[in-house]
Amino acid sequence: MSEHTVLLDVQHLQTYFPIKGGVVHKTVGHVHAVEDVSFQIREQETFGLVGESGCGKSTTGRTILRLIEPTGGKIFFDGQDLCQLDREAMRQKRRDMQLVFQDPYSSLNPRMTVRRLLEEPLQTHFTLTQKEMNEQVLWIAHAVGLSPEQLERYPHQFSGGQRQRVSIARALITKPRFVVADEPVSALDVSIQAQILNLLFSLQEELKLSYLFISHDLNVVRHISNRIGVMYLGRIMEQGNTESVYRNPLHPYTRALLSAIPKLDPLEEKHRIQLEGDVPSPANPPKGCPFHDRCSKCMEICKQSVPEEKELEPGHRVSCHLYD
Amino acid sequence: MEHLLEIRNLSIELPQGKRQPPVKLVEGVDLDIDKKQNFGIVGESGCGKSITCSSIMGLLSYPLTLGKGSSIRFQQENGNEVEITSLPSSELRKIRGKEISMIFQEPMTALDPTSTIVAQIEETLRFHTSLTKAEMHDAALAMLKKVNIPRPDQILLDYPHHLSGGMLQRVMIAIALINNPRLLIADEPTTALDVTIQAQILDLMNELRESFDTSVIMITHDLGVIAETCEKVAVFYAGQVVEQASVEEIFHATAHPYTAGLLKSVTSLGGAEKKLYTIQGTVPTAGHFGSGCRFADRCDHCTSRCREAAPALTEIAPGHLCRCWLHAPEKEAAQ
Amino acid sequence: MRKLLQTLRELWRDPMGKISIIGILLIILMAIFAPQLSHYGPEKMVGIPKSAPNAQFWFGTDNYGRDIFSRIIYGARVSLQVGIIAVGIGATAGYILGLIAGYFEGWVDRVIMCIMDILFAFPSILLAILISTVLGRGLVPTMVAIGIVNIPVFARTVRASVISAKSLEYVENARSVGVKTWPILIRHISPNVVAPFTVQATLALSSAILTEASMSFLGLGIQPPDPSWGSMLSESRAFMEQAPWMAIFPALFIIVTILLFNILGDSLRDVLDPKLKL
Repeated sequence: MSEHTVLLDVQHLQTYFPIKGGVVHKTVGHVHAVEDVSFQIREQETFGLVGESGCGKSTTGRTILRLIEPTGGKIFFDGQDLCQLDREAMRQKRRDMQLVFQDPYSSLNPRMTVRRLLEEPLQTHFTLTQKEMNEQVLWIAHAVGLSPEQLERYPHQFSGGQRQRVSIARALITKPRFVVADEPVSALDVSIQAQILNLLFSLQEELKLSYLFISHDLNVVRHISNRIGVMYLGRIMEQGNTESVYRNPLHPYTRALLSAIPKLDPLEEKHRIQLEGDVPSPANPPKGCPFHDRCSKCMEICKQSVPEEKELEPGHRVSCHLYD
Repeated sequence: MEHLLEIRNLSIELPQGKRQPPVKLVEGVDLDIDKKQNFGIVGESGCGKSITCSSIMGLLSYPLTLGKGSSIRFQQENGNEVEITSLPSSELRKIRGKEISMIFQEPMTALDPTSTIVAQIEETLRFHTSLTKAEMHDAALAMLKKVNIPRPDQILLDYPHHLSGGMLQRVMIAIALINNPRLLIADEPTTALDVTIQAQILDLMNELRESFDTSVIMITHDLGVIAETCEKVAVFYAGQVVEQASVEEIFHATAHPYTAGLLKSVTSLGGAEKKLYTIQGTVPTAGHFGSGCRFADRCDHCTSRCREAAPALTEIAPGHLCRCWLHAPEKEAAQ
Repeated sequence: MRKLLQTLRELWRDPMGKISIIGILLIILMAIFAPQLSHYGPEKMVGIPKSAPNAQFWFGTDNYGRDIFSRIIYGARVSLQVGIIAVGIGATAGYILGLIAGYFEGWVDRVIMCIMDILFAFPSILLAILISTVLGRGLVPTMVAIGIVNIPVFARTVRASVISAKSLEYVENARSVGVKTWPILIRHISPNVVAPFTVQATLALSSAILTEASMSFLGLGIQPPDPSWGSMLSESRAFMEQAPWMAIFPALFIIVTILLFNILGDSLRDVLDPKLKL
């Protein structure tokens, strides 16, 4: 994949949410949802973002699309800084960058037929005749595996898996180059998950897409991603080629996370690294390394300063004082 | 009765008014749970695994009803056998929370947000024991220690919204185990939790099972959870048990094509082959099953016989049951 | 349109809904065909004053000898007219204000809702009296006054639904697709407002009719000799012992009308959204 050029370049991205308090709605603090996140996605590449709930992975995805305004940092898409665009320019840019939601039940307007749902993005970004629009709708419906007669139905008449096909079709009908897929298979049953993952794969090849694939499911991310980033408390702790990270996890958090995946073989020996306690609140992150109070290898320096990101192998970067 | 719980011919129906026959959501389920056994029930959403367990608690929600001939026999602590399906609700209440207890997927909604943790633990104790207030407090504190909750004396006075999901699930487990039940039903206990927290809870449950002598029914859609915690497994598909065996046999001597398909679609994740194995199509809806095998339309090994007649659940090896024509004994096949 | 028919059909299936629809239709027909139904004009002195109900004057006559039955039928026109127009004013203004406040939030929201809260803090009858002292007496000022009184409830209802609709995932989906602000408001958010809005409108109709009756009773609303249930009730006060029918019949019609609209509002709420609680 390295021959492809960089499509998305996220630099030191920050997203804070103000915490309002008191009678006069004064800002009393900030939730540090995303803190200094940097990564790149090349053309036709899938970058997986994994982490536990509340680690900021979904916020990162939405901030890149500027559905949430970033507090700091830069987002370059195809060489252009998205943060510099005004509202209208950004709205037009959405043609090239789309979002697939986790829950196909709530993310589709129940009062619109599938055809209307698919036509809406087209009407928003293009001026097409009814005939051209119909061609486009049929094309995408075919691509995601929906039959033409299903177009006249409403979302509630579909099963979960088919509904996710509709929402993928809605995201892809404008032929975007980049798609943020936010837990697209988490709400689905195992046997349906595999169908949707295969679909995302074949669409990537057909439409030359780049994905930012957000998930808490480590097996799914491993399968679909070329490269991954492991997030904890708003920061990327480790990133690199998927196999390199899974075979040789460097960060103690990544190791614990990977060892926690339930093994699919009852006879296999378990070597589980048990993490103590819970994830700290992002409203009040610990000083130093965000992971230090749960880390078994915590040193004095970890409590003092945030570790710099270091490249230990080509493309495999980690933020941990163990490798200073 | 040699088993702790015997379910025979259980069916659960959804009435469709006077004119139409009821839709059977669960049909012909036989299960035996032994003492101190960890029994797994695995299946996809809508396969009937959760309502099967609600019926064990006598907690089927309106308008679901038990079908004719359903039997759920439970052996009480004093050796008495009771038939849960015909027990009056006052007797059922004595069993619920005392001899059979349950933990749920969403601890946040299963706990009362308006009262403290200690009040909720004591409530369970008050109904089933005659302890004094002080004794109940001590018992609650001891129980929180057993489920590895840090700062238990402080947590007792907290309200549910002060605690994280993992902590709440520990509290739920504490409440469920405080009366030393003989059977614990865990309905997707870790589905709402993160992997690292899930690992903590699964380890805790394995530990507690040793010390409490409790049988556990673990309901889940996650084969990994099954592999890590269970001894015996029943695979549900479209309201029926399609395969039942020890956990080793389920994973290493898989018989039913559905079980095999489920396993293949998860184990191929992360493999070199990017195209995942999929079970084609979707689960048929209850009431539209037809006369043949319910998995026929999605099965790679489907033959004409699969569409004509439904296979029975037959023993293909000692303790290994499978509902599939592929494994039907020869003489039956000849008939 | 299909949705409207379906709502009506479901309403019809509910026994209380059926009763309220029939009752309200009867009152509306009564108002429309007032000239045909009444034997005498509402302001004509046709009989002996204060005669008890009899075959000629079904509801008796008042202190001027006017036929109470005719006056009540014409009074229905006034009540419905005031109710519908006042609610129309309140609902339109409230809808726009609520939509703006709910969607844009921030200081716009705070200013609008602050004014609404101040209006809301006054007892409605007191506020209506205040406004009508500024605008004067009569039919039009009464309608405007009651309309203004109704703005805050509508603004609040609409704003609340807009805010909850805004956080719906499919609204975010529309934003992520790049749909413009107004299409989002119209296509994705407004439909969620319709149900609570309709229920609110029905309930507001009954309270508007009641407010009109109260104002007329106090002598501030519809002025004599125009027939209004409230002013008829007011005029009857002095003759309560000699001619109780002067009070009984207008009061009965006020009660029944209010009850019918309230029942309709309740069943409409059940039909449109069982989860909705106002």
